[in-house]
Amino acid sequence: MTDAMPVGDRKPLAPPVDETGALGWVRKNLFSSWGNGITTVVLIAAVLWVASWFLEWALFTANFTAATGAECRGGGACWALIREKFRYIFFGSFPYEQHWRPLFAVITMLAMLVLSADRRMWNWRLLVIWGVGSFITFLLMFGQIHIPLSLILFVALVCGGIGLTLRSALAAPSERMAYYALVGIGAVGLVLRMVGALPAWSIAIAPLSYVETSLWGGLPVTLILATYGLAFAFPYGILLALGRRSNLPLIKGLCVGFIELIRGVPLISLLIMASVMLPLFLPSGTTIDKFLRAQVAVILFAGAYIAEVIRGGLQSLPKGQFEAADAMGLNYPQKTLLIILPQALRVVIPPLINTFIGFFKDTSLVLIIGIFDFLNTANQALVDPNWAGFPGEVYLFAAFVYFIFCFSMSRYSKYLEFELNKGTRR
Amino acid sequence: MAATARDLSKVESVIQLKGVNKWYGQFHVLSDINLDVKEGEKIVICGPSGSGKSTLIRCINRLEEHQRGDIVVHGVTLSNDVKNIEAIRREVGMVFQSFNLFPHLTILDNLTLAPIWVKKMPKKEAEEIAMSLLTRVRIPEQALKYPGQLSGGQQQRVAIARALCMRPKIMLFDEPTSALDPEMVKEVLDVMIELAREGMTMICVTHEMGFARAVADRVIFMDRGEIVEQNEPEAFFANPRNERTKLFLGQILHNH
Repeated sequence: MTDAMPVGDRKPLAPPVDETGALGWVRKNLFSSWGNGITTVVLIAAVLWVASWFLEWALFTANFTAATGAECRGGGACWALIREKFRYIFFGSFPYEQHWRPLFAVITMLAMLVLSADRRMWNWRLLVIWGVGSFITFLLMFGQIHIPLSLILFVALVCGGIGLTLRSALAAPSERMAYYALVGIGAVGLVLRMVGALPAWSIAIAPLSYVETSLWGGLPVTLILATYGLAFAFPYGILLALGRRSNLPLIKGLCVGFIELIRGVPLISLLIMASVMLPLFLPSGTTIDKFLRAQVAVILFAGAYIAEVIRGGLQSLPKGQFEAADAMGLNYPQKTLLIILPQALRVVIPPLINTFIGFFKDTSLVLIIGIFDFLNTANQALVDPNWAGFPGEVYLFAAFVYFIFCFSMSRYSKYLEFELNKGTRR
Repeated sequence: MAATARDLSKVESVIQLKGVNKWYGQFHVLSDINLDVKEGEKIVICGPSGSGKSTLIRCINRLEEHQRGDIVVHGVTLSNDVKNIEAIRREVGMVFQSFNLFPHLTILDNLTLAPIWVKKMPKKEAEEIAMSLLTRVRIPEQALKYPGQLSGGQQQRVAIARALCMRPKIMLFDEPTSALDPEMVKEVLDVMIELAREGMTMICVTHEMGFARAVADRVIFMDRGEIVEQNEPEAFFANPRNERTKLFLGQILHNH
């Protein structure tokens, strides 16, 4: 529009020299006045002093090779302790000669997370990635997996059901027949199994020795708790948030009640309830694995927080978006999945990742109920009397590992915001 | 007079409102509305703000729920039955004052969404229809852009094309030009006039009296939730009978 208006032959002027280039920047931002100049010098000196002290301790006078804690004393940081204990810190009480298993489990989970971070994978591929990745992870960790027939039937039922609800509009007749077949086989099979007409078959996949969850420890435990905690809490939180905005008073009441109840209690009390009180209410003879109970507690807790974050996104959408979707004749699931959620989730990426980071760190609270997550194994490494007296090194190391994960999430949040808003930026 | 001059009394009614009443709390927003819209008829509704004109057309596709009376659209009586409501919404297109395009979808995806998901149309066919409609509203080159990259006038033309994609029998316009910068009003009105000349049944809430003169079969004046006066455009503007109509026309025509 503007070039339509004649402005004559005036050439655009170059900006003043002192505001461009490195020198210009330094002058403008660091030394624009006497006060500013002095602040800059003092701060740089302070940073250099702290950094040199830290490097002296952590590198130049550090001991990397000592065989016992006694040899370490007197110098700088005792990294020999980490060298000695890192396998315990990373993998806990997992049988020592089998440590390759949790190592590959961690690598599998990281690969799974990195792949899911790519937007191009956000379709059916995501299910494949998580299915295969989870199978490998748990096969490595447990060593043996028994898949009961009822689980297979249940998965068939769920897959068919999801296919029918989500793809009913687009599926070809043959595809739709396949979904009906899955639902039919799943439903009939489950009923037969329940009345006892089908035996309790299970497929045993047992290439390795069995390792129970009480021996798991270190990084894989933290990663499993956080990854599956958030992977389940996310869709669950979405459902809670949608339920909270429902017009049906019963659904709304239940969701509000659940969210407020969970938000009103500390995670630690929820974990203790799950580990100590829940078994008292179960009929004698039935036991639920402690690890699984902690995992469920984390999911329930994270779900309530995620729900509130997502509700913020839902409320930020203008009413017109809902009306336009209604006026076109979209039904509730279509409106929610195609119009509302894609926009609402985009808005809440920063607070959502913030919640995720918080929960990644909060998983360390499971040490209260005696589960050996990464921070807890680091803690246990200090107990060895041979190496007593170097808590700083161990916690610094643990903090460093946590930082890598949390910082990656934070960067990913930034990338995602940029990616998803590409088209909508003016 | 309307471009399609014909005897409307012999044509079938597509929308019938009988004794429609609606309240917002204690506020009586629609009082005893009776309206009969024939197939192919173009109706312009005007009136001061808060007179219930937007509420009236939003009741026709159930964006608002009326509390008493009957609304029959294409032989289907509006009720709380979701199937019923969805059936009516498939036949009735709507254009909003604030466009309400979906900002996370391209223009093309905005247009093809409802045909694909509601009418189960194959994607390719939906895209062909969408492109032909974008050509009709004269912005085919914007198909792969996002709504935020378009001007207001362009966005509103996309919104009209999006509604037409469902091949509706009736189009509702809720102040389609009120949110536009003055220089963009004409491009939107031109598209609407074209649509009217092609014989679409239209109900349009607007204060664009030029548009009313050009295409309307009937102009309806609403005030305080009632239909105060209705007439053919020539007679309506030249010879308003009710005092409130005269006052209103005096105000808006004076400003133009």
